[in-house]
Amino acid sequence: MRAAGDLVARMQMTRGMRLDDAKAHVAERLGVSTDDLSDPLVMHDVRRELGLGLIPVQELTYPGEPGAIEAKFHIAEVLDVPINCVEKFREHVGRPATRSTGAFAPKAEVPA
Amino acid sequence: MERSVTTRLADGSLVRMTPSEIRADLEEGTALGAKRAKVPPLEPDELEQLGEIFSSSARFSAVDIGDELVLSCDGSGNLDSGTRVDELYSYQSHRGADILELYHIDYSYKAIKTILSFEQQVMKTAQLNLVAPLQYGAMPDLGRYSRPDGPVANWSELLPLGRIDEARAAQEEAMEHAVRDMVFVAEGMIEAGADGLDFDTSGAAGDADLLAALRAVEEIKSRHPDVGIELGMASEFVLGMHGELEFHGRRLAGLWPRDLVELAAEAGVTVFGPAVNVNTTKSVAWNVARALTIVKPCVAESPIPVHMNAGMGVGGVPMTPYPPADAVARVSHAMRTVGRLDGL
Repeated sequence: MRAAGDLVARMQMTRGMRLDDAKAHVAERLGVSTDDLSDPLVMHDVRRELGLGLIPVQELTYPGEPGAIEAKFHIAEVLDVPINCVEKFREHVGRPATRSTGAFAPKAEVPA
Repeated sequence: MERSVTTRLADGSLVRMTPSEIRADLEEGTALGAKRAKVPPLEPDELEQLGEIFSSSARFSAVDIGDELVLSCDGSGNLDSGTRVDELYSYQSHRGADILELYHIDYSYKAIKTILSFEQQVMKTAQLNLVAPLQYGAMPDLGRYSRPDGPVANWSELLPLGRIDEARAAQEEAMEHAVRDMVFVAEGMIEAGADGLDFDTSGAAGDADLLAALRAVEEIKSRHPDVGIELGMASEFVLGMHGELEFHGRRLAGLWPRDLVELAAEAGVTVFGPAVNVNTTKSVAWNVARALTIVKPCVAESPIPVHMNAGMGVGGVPMTPYPPADAVARVSHAMRTVGRLDGL
């Protein structure tokens, strides 16, 4: 994740792509060369620009950038590959919240 | 007098060898690997490259810039720095892992079935907090289904008695239990957000163990086509404890990585892991030459990425709890530069 290994790995894992094909796919989708994929300086900027997740270190924190699960939404879109936990997250967030019970539910009127 | 360099035997111990001695070991290793797996030996230029890697006095050895491969893990973390999720952060952010794996110390799908909801919760938490792909891993571990640990007759006791048919029937019965358990755990892990499943050391109990894994993979992929599946071998060829089992019309017993990778891909495996055992009395160079000879045809013909099992005692890495970095670096360098592996 210091560079783009996790992105290349995701294409191997999900699409069964051989290494050269996986690198070419990721490079093309990110708009960089395959040599850039293992360069932490280039990839830091690319990851930041596209919201693909960064490693917070002592001097460099990223509270305003996408965090882990948020970054995976962007990875799925940029690489054009489904990510299971992103789909589950979307499904869970999209569930209707009826608010029919609990502290804020409308109280039944008490007869006088 | 020829200079000598510090190198290692595959038990991890340091030895001094001259480049000529290393070259002789490489030639012997590839010749034996070729004879055993019935494949061609390494080419002279490949032996030359290996000679350069293993004749270096440098502490560390590495691939050319731009030729890096992917690092997957069968189990990420050592449980020595907090929770399992803490260990996964560490592997992702500081130890260079590209594919992470959540695992339980009782690394068996049969055992995991009994604690699945607990494992699912850890998977869910980890997925919310990690960016790198995270799979769940365990072994098919067919032996767990035989008595006294399981419900099926023990084929390891029946075979020495010559009760072959009963031993085969027991393995077939165990296989049904194993497939059911692996699919059950996989469904739970996918529900919790897993990116993939790892069926590690498939075939450890022989061809029935492997067939159970292949059947489980096929069933899981039929329901979840986008889930990642890593399948790792248990040794350099498939042990024929049953001897007559087939998958897609191919007999499994005696298959070498080149043939097995095709079947694995047909089943739906997306990352294949061949394993070649080390001979601890020989040098790391000898072992790497032998391992590369066995896996080279697999890498050349595979339709899916091949991640060599390169850990203690397999793939040329010394058989020691703390594999020395100089040896691991040379093995890794050789696996990519000479073997053209897609990952380790």
